[in-house]
Amino acid sequence: MQTNDLIKALKADAAKPSMPIGRAWWIAIIGATIAAAIAFLLLIGPRPDIVAAAHTLRFLFKFVITLTLAAIAFMVLRALSRPGINVRHIAQWLVLIPVLVGASVFAELLAVPSGQWGTVWWGSNVYICLTFIPVIGLVPLGVILAALRHGAPSRPGLAGAVAGLLAGSVAATFYAAHCTDDSPLFVATWYSIAIAGLMFLGAILGPRIARW
Amino acid sequence: MKGGDENELARLLRAAIAGDERAYATFLEGTAAIVRGFARQKIVQGGVDPEDIVQETLLAIHTKRHTWISDAPVLPWIYAIARFKLIDAFRKRGRRVEIEIGDIAETFAQPEPETVSDREIGRVLDGLAPGQRSVVAAISIEGHSIGETAQKFGMTEIAVRVALHRGLRSIAKKFGRI
Repeated sequence: MQTNDLIKALKADAAKPSMPIGRAWWIAIIGATIAAAIAFLLLIGPRPDIVAAAHTLRFLFKFVITLTLAAIAFMVLRALSRPGINVRHIAQWLVLIPVLVGASVFAELLAVPSGQWGTVWWGSNVYICLTFIPVIGLVPLGVILAALRHGAPSRPGLAGAVAGLLAGSVAATFYAAHCTDDSPLFVATWYSIAIAGLMFLGAILGPRIARW
Repeated sequence: MKGGDENELARLLRAAIAGDERAYATFLEGTAAIVRGFARQKIVQGGVDPEDIVQETLLAIHTKRHTWISDAPVLPWIYAIARFKLIDAFRKRGRRVEIEIGDIAETFAQPEPETVSDREIGRVLDGLAPGQRSVVAAISIEGHSIGETAQKFGMTEIAVRVALHRGLRSIAKKFGRI
């Protein structure tokens, strides 16, 4: 078949392009959030003292970090799914995350006596954190990878990892409402490891799911 | 059409997405010429037929045209897809290839006419389900319209459109994996 013949066939199939990728991403992030909310409510639910906790800086700052991470990961992933977009430009914003986490860890080290650093770092929810952030993020990761498949990522492995980062930060946002360990030392360590697990999974699944 | 005619290509693609078939054909012809120039420039040691890259890129553009944002430049989008398909083609043939992935800036390749030879797409076409295969062949190689094809096979026009759409998607999926 010659190229001009192919063009004839493509031209005849011009009607009804698929859903614009921009809209697909909004549907995916809403779907992922709903899926994470359902898993959260079914499996663990909010901590009993959440109303009192909402007045403490440490508790609130967990959401500053996870929501900032989710927003940036979302923008980076959208860019990765569109050919010809300068991703580096947007990915620069990711620097904000180590800055926020680093500042909060530094402030915590000043606020807490050094004898208690180990205690607040280990907290009392390490295994729950390492279990439920990935578990809550599993279905969201699937939803996000489906949107990625709809796109055209030229680096599907990297895009898959960022999909895991997005799913992980959405899951961590809900998990943060359950967890009573609010120390930045705890968040910086265990949340990161839990989210990295989803990134690893996304990096493996990305090239398999988002082939085009 | 000139290779660097960004605005004209963007206008044509916008019209095509809104359903203008003629604008779409013109867009694809212009894009084919650009990608052909690009592929010939990049494939210096042989091993990959540039026209296979052209066809694979056109199919990818077709099935992924919803990833173009209508106010974004269209040439970086086209080149990014062509580059992805070229790297993919080299990878599948077990070759390493050094092509910058990140750069938007692209030396504009000269549009070039097609030369005739065997195409991978023919092999992929042969692997389609018989119904899809005959519909795609009738519209592409034989140059029939949707209506003529419907009459020829005693199908409704909608069934022809569905078979064509599925056939093209299936070709795009299988292309380059053989």
